[in-house]
Amino acid sequence: MAEFDSGPALLGGLRALRASGVSQLDAFTPYEVAGLQDALGARRSRLTWIALAAGLAGGGGAYVLQWWINVVDYPLNIGGRPYHSAPAFIPITFEMAILFASAAALISALVLGGLPQLWHPVFEIEGFERATIDRFWLAVGVGDAALDRARDTTALEAAGALRVLWLGGES
Amino acid sequence: MIASAAARDDDVLIGRPSDGALSDQLLSTTWRPFTRGWKLALAICGALTMMLFSLVTLTVVRGIGMWGNNIPVAWGFGIINFVWWIGIGHAGTFISAILLVLEQNWRTSINRFTEGMTLFAVMQAGLFPLLHLGRPWFAYWLFPYPSVMGTWPQVRSALPWDAAAVTTYFLVSLMLWYLGLIPDLAALRDRAPSRARRIVYGIFALGWRGSVQQWRHHKVAYLLLAGLATPLVVSVHSIVSLDFASTGLPGWHSTIFPPFFVAGAIFSGFALVMTLIIPARKVFKLENVITARHFDAMAKMMLVMSWIAAYSYIAEFFLAWYSGDRYEVYQQLVNRPFGWYAWAFWTMLFCNCIATQLFWSRRMRRNLKVLFVVSLLINLGMWLERFEIIVVSLSRDFLPSSWHIFAPTWVDIGLLTGTLGFFGLLFLGFLRLVPFVPVAEMKALRAELAPRESRP
Repeated sequence: MAEFDSGPALLGGLRALRASGVSQLDAFTPYEVAGLQDALGARRSRLTWIALAAGLAGGGGAYVLQWWINVVDYPLNIGGRPYHSAPAFIPITFEMAILFASAAALISALVLGGLPQLWHPVFEIEGFERATIDRFWLAVGVGDAALDRARDTTALEAAGALRVLWLGGES
Repeated sequence: MIASAAARDDDVLIGRPSDGALSDQLLSTTWRPFTRGWKLALAICGALTMMLFSLVTLTVVRGIGMWGNNIPVAWGFGIINFVWWIGIGHAGTFISAILLVLEQNWRTSINRFTEGMTLFAVMQAGLFPLLHLGRPWFAYWLFPYPSVMGTWPQVRSALPWDAAAVTTYFLVSLMLWYLGLIPDLAALRDRAPSRARRIVYGIFALGWRGSVQQWRHHKVAYLLLAGLATPLVVSVHSIVSLDFASTGLPGWHSTIFPPFFVAGAIFSGFALVMTLIIPARKVFKLENVITARHFDAMAKMMLVMSWIAAYSYIAEFFLAWYSGDRYEVYQQLVNRPFGWYAWAFWTMLFCNCIATQLFWSRRMRRNLKVLFVVSLLINLGMWLERFEIIVVSLSRDFLPSSWHIFAPTWVDIGLLTGTLGFFGLLFLGFLRLVPFVPVAEMKALRAELAPRESRP
């Protein structure tokens, strides 16, 4: 783990490690750092597809339910108007599509991000509480084959790391 | 560099504080000591809330005969207040969702504030149709559930649409608000002064640690929720307006109602944001994050919405005349401007269309006293607009023998005042419990602004 005091410095450290072939990288930042996701090669979030599916299911379900209520299970004749009145079913269909898509977006944002998880090993690092305030942390997986502790420590410090900590694992 | 940044009054953030300083300034609103004015406001709002609950109890026990509604004015204060409160909520969603999608960076420091306003306004709004049912303990009949009575709601009526729209609106607003709040709750978990606070905020932060994965999904979900809330906010008030427009009553039966209601809603919401943010900014000394630029932009929005309202009034008059329908002509061209309630009409016109013309002047858009007074006038004017639509139209329907002048009872007035107090109570609590200026977003905005300035 390496601690930086700004987003651009973190990106510098990240590029230095990348250049030496390290690939198991993660970062913890107080806010979104521009360019960080691209530098880590993150792909587009799958979340939009989940939300789309949930929205379609919610809207479709709402329409079918309204049709079933009005046409099949409890038909009421009101001034001879058609039981299956598509325009009158649209408002609820639309609202339910929005509701289900939104709920799916919220829940999948949490679940895909690994939340809720109240405790995580990184919280044990002293000073990590500033990761939500004004410190930017870069993490390297200890299992990475391209890792060379001495070399990478120097590289990170050259890039402006305030401190470099090696946690767990041997060698 | 700080001096040069402060010199430009068009800035959305004055000065360039460090991440740590900005965090402390914005997070500390939750742990600074209470001031005397604060406690006084809390006491007043608390007392009004108690009054609200007493009057709700009275209404439920004795029935809505306690209200001034009677045939033909079957929709009195209850529905006026409902439409007024829910309209206020709309500016919150407008600022947080539509302006996010449009990438307007002046929304950043005020969006959580307005989202909070939305939530609490919708809570007040929900109270009125519930009580207006007369038997609020049967409110769940509006939702489809497999009942032992073998019946279902009538989904071809506008009222179940309303129930679906308002419920969805509340839930989606809550989700958008909470999602945006998570990183800031984590910051509070790490920064708050006492252990108890850290534990409570920690639970609500769900273990957020700002990893790349978390930010990636968070950002997409936030944009997506904003994108979904955008058509939602338009649909909710359109559906509310369909409660009116789908009837045959003169003054209601009009195709202009959905856009007219949506614009009016955003108009009144901006006015209430202004009313609330001017004192809050002063009390919490946030002059550097809520700047003249924000007031300027909001005043311009109010001016635009005011013109849309004016256009709608003109269109109503024109269409009444053009339709040739004698009831419409009487309602719009005789009853509203010259009838018994003419005072409401002219006051509304002054508040909504004339007072706002001050905002053509840049100096007025940045004068807080003018903004505050005009925003109060707009709140009043928009309430009167709903009064105009509901009471004035109903009191003069097709049959002159049933014409009737509506007068509110003390319970009506008490309920309206009570909801103002309850709204205030919730809002005061919100200002103290969570950072009401989004901290992470402000820091990202600062980081985004910084390189642009260092360029030659």
